[in-house]
Amino acid sequence: MAEARVPTVIADDLHIVYRVNGARTGKGSATAALSRIVKRGSGDAQRGVRKVHAVRGVSFVAYRGEAIGLIGSNGSGKSTLLRAIAGLLPAEQGRVYTDGQPSLLGVNAALMNDLTGERNVILGGLAMGMSREEIRERYQEIVDFSGINEKGDFITLPMRTYSSGMAARLRFSIAAAKDHDVLMIDEALATGDRSFQKRSEARIRELRKQAGTVFLVSHNNKSIRDTCNRVLWLERGELRMDGPTDEVLKEYEKFAGK
Amino acid sequence: MTEPPSPDEHLTAAELAAKYGLTVSGARPSLAEYVRRLWGRRHFIVAFSQAKLTAQYSQAKLGQLWQVATPLLNALVYYLIFGLILNAGRGMTKDVYIPFLVTGVFVFTFTQSSVMAGVRAISGNLGLVRALHFPRASLPVSFALQQLQQLLFSMIVLVAVACAFGSYPDLSWLLIVPVLVLQFLFNTGLALVVARLGAKTPDLAQLMPFVMRTWMYASGVMFSIPIMLQDKPAWIADVLQWNPAAIYMDLMRFALIDGYGSENLPPHVWAVAAGWAVLVAVGGFVYFWKAEERYGRG
Repeated sequence: MAEARVPTVIADDLHIVYRVNGARTGKGSATAALSRIVKRGSGDAQRGVRKVHAVRGVSFVAYRGEAIGLIGSNGSGKSTLLRAIAGLLPAEQGRVYTDGQPSLLGVNAALMNDLTGERNVILGGLAMGMSREEIRERYQEIVDFSGINEKGDFITLPMRTYSSGMAARLRFSIAAAKDHDVLMIDEALATGDRSFQKRSEARIRELRKQAGTVFLVSHNNKSIRDTCNRVLWLERGELRMDGPTDEVLKEYEKFAGK
Repeated sequence: MTEPPSPDEHLTAAELAAKYGLTVSGARPSLAEYVRRLWGRRHFIVAFSQAKLTAQYSQAKLGQLWQVATPLLNALVYYLIFGLILNAGRGMTKDVYIPFLVTGVFVFTFTQSSVMAGVRAISGNLGLVRALHFPRASLPVSFALQQLQQLLFSMIVLVAVACAFGSYPDLSWLLIVPVLVLQFLFNTGLALVVARLGAKTPDLAQLMPFVMRTWMYASGVMFSIPIMLQDKPAWIADVLQWNPAAIYMDLMRFALIDGYGSENLPPHVWAVAAGWAVLVAVGGFVYFWKAEERYGRG
């Protein structure tokens, strides 16, 4: 049993810091900007660059076959931690080692509202690194899954004409079309109507079976309990607890309910 | 947490990672590997540039017609001001000056908009950079490609203007292809350089229009450099003529316009054109790659 535990993600004393320009005084006045340039050589604090220390020294080892839930109040660093694991945010200090390329289930940024749904499926697929053939194979599957065409031929209309629910469904369908080694899902379960939610939960379970390790960020304790066997609890960027789902959730509910 | 005792317990994180072959997430790949990955994303680069081009005019009533109408209107404005009011076409007949001016405007706009798009390639697409994995050079390259396609639309106008003023298609028009290739290489390299600078200092996007306008007026877009500067020291005209923007404009004019012969070109013009293209493209690519793991911070 012990030998079978193959690590897929190792976070070693990970720190992530965001820098925000000109946020020291709260006013972006010209004089403040000027003094920022003049004081170029001095430290960040004098130049009015505010640092936000979003993740402070998190260490953990994730193993193959684990489904790990990330919980914590808003702004506790969950999404930031995911992006750092995916290698999308550079670490200030410490390291993340991964097996292969972890992927974040998120394709929204590559899509363009002025293009038709059809072209967005292709663009989104290419952005995630799928080949043209893969996209052609999966195209019908993606459109059917999104249910965009249930109420008429909407896929050939620009995405800006979609209702917010329809757009969200198409985005999730595109994002979920690819298979991954280490998969990270950031509160994706809350989109769409009831029947679409059921379909997406089923799709996530399917993705979990194919993926080596799954990370799930959610504020819905039920969906964490249903899908995860281990939970990391982040608070103010620090790892407050790491353990089996039931134990951590019990403590978390006690903390959140007080 | 009740973990079974593991033989890996005494290992540090780095040793554990090494044992199972894990790699640092988000580390910069080697240059060869980077080129390979970028090539792997070629379909995305092309699709992204076409999508951007289409999205540009999708809300307008005339739609894609603006791809041609915009450069045409641009050419008209410059002709009105420099051709009619300021009479900048000294030393050239009307049949030469109008295609000369229109070619200059379009060719320079190609470089100008590649640089302007390049500055914002990373800083304006942070959402994309933070959400997905791809070699970041895809973005500036894609924007330069978008401008190349835009220029091809402008070429329709350019061909019409050339024909209207008595320069008809002949063998020398084949030279358009190598000129475009070289200029595209040069623009891509420049876009990569400013993309890295713009990612670190987004303020460059505000400054760039002034830099580009200065460059435009110094490159002889609307006047002939040797004629305009004939009573100034010769080295000034030489420097201006050897700058890459002027080189590509002159080559394009030489290819297109019948009355614009090789006497207007500086010596070794093809070597200089190729030199600028290779130097800036390779240098820009390496410069961009050096900061690959840092894009998207902050």
